Amino acid sequence: MNDLIEGARTEGEVLIDDTDILDPRTDLVVLRKKVGMVFQRPNPFPLSIYENIVFGEKIHADRLTRDKLDEIVERSLGDVLLWDELKDQLNEPAMRLSLEQKQRLCIARLIAVKPDVLLMDEPCSTLDPQATARVEELMRELKNRYTIIIVTHNMQQAARVSDDTGFMLLGELIEFGKTHEIFTAPQDKRTEDYITGRYG
Amino acid sequence: MERHVDQELKELNKDILKMGALAEEAIYKSIEALKNRDREMAGSVIENDSNIDKLELAIDEKCIDLIALYQPMAKDLRFITTGMKINSELERIADIAVDIAQRTLEIVDKPLLKPLIDIPKLTAIAQNMVKMSIDAFVKGDIALAKKVLLSDSEADQLRNVIQKELIEDYMVKDAATAPRAVQLLLIARFLERICDHATNIAEDVIYMVQAEVVRHHPEKLKNGK
Repeated sequence: MNDLIEGARTEGEVLIDDTDILDPRTDLVVLRKKVGMVFQRPNPFPLSIYENIVFGEKIHADRLTRDKLDEIVERSLGDVLLWDELKDQLNEPAMRLSLEQKQRLCIARLIAVKPDVLLMDEPCSTLDPQATARVEELMRELKNRYTIIIVTHNMQQAARVSDDTGFMLLGELIEFGKTHEIFTAPQDKRTEDYITGRYG
Repeated sequence: MERHVDQELKELNKDILKMGALAEEAIYKSIEALKNRDREMAGSVIENDSNIDKLELAIDEKCIDLIALYQPMAKDLRFITTGMKINSELERIADIAVDIAQRTLEIVDKPLLKPLIDIPKLTAIAQNMVKMSIDAFVKGDIALAKKVLLSDSEADQLRNVIQKELIEDYMVKDAATAPRAVQLLLIARFLERICDHATNIAEDVIYMVQAEVVRHHPEKLKNGK
């Protein structure tokens, strides 16, 4: 998609299972199964809650039995702590859910296809502080089973939820290390200036 | 909803409790070594100090990480900053126990100058103050913290009695007793310093619980606040 933006360029490598995903020969369908994305604004499909969850599975897997699909829906919603809330309204339109529920549903939709990596782009930027705290708690829970990469401008959030932190400035990766080291003793002056609010 | 940071704060509480237990053990052993002329036990106090130093550093690092990663506010912030200060008070207490053990080693092979009566009494006051101050921290108990503060003058008085006796009844009358009397004099002074550190802990606990600084403000305690 970056190729469509004039002037956009990429340098370096992004390796997933030893494959450089920037290589034009990379199979994007396979890649998207491995790497699930969560965006700033939750973007459920205009379908029922149930259909949202099984959508990916229907693309990536052969025809599954209704029982198997039911199982996937229960497990995925259970993982994002939505099952008890929504189990009696699975056929309701997903668009009617609250923002936080929609964001959780989007995460459940990814988990359904069992990705290796969850890529979250400012996943809490439209949520209020309480919903943010609950989604962060969910991320802590999920990070035991998935590699989560979160992009955030909110440094407090990066500090709270991550184990490792990379600081990017104008498209360049300046520094990468253990979160507690980045936030207590960064090695690069640009990182230090940014996290102490001296940048700009 | 329990926050993730709550678990970390509980861990910190546990670590400080452990630090307190190690400091208490160091005081106990250093005085037992003195009472029982036990060279080995005095040596163990000196040896074990490096473990206490290591724990002090680990707790300090944990506190700095907690501040950097969670941006604690209000009572969380007071708990962590107080925890840091108490950590260093406890490390100092353990260092003083090492000082006592070292003085003990100087006189361990010589006959006792006199039966030890007041020094064990002062030790009991110091141990009790340290124990109460740590309990006050763990339970957030202001009444207990204030009790610690009130005990300090008793320790000062007893230290003065010991000093007076050692100087007037021994050192002045018979200069030959001075090498042993000086060691006991120092030990009394060390025990009184332990009480001062316990007092600092108690003052920190009052700040932690009610956000009021009583350090250097004795009038605030007299007013019953």
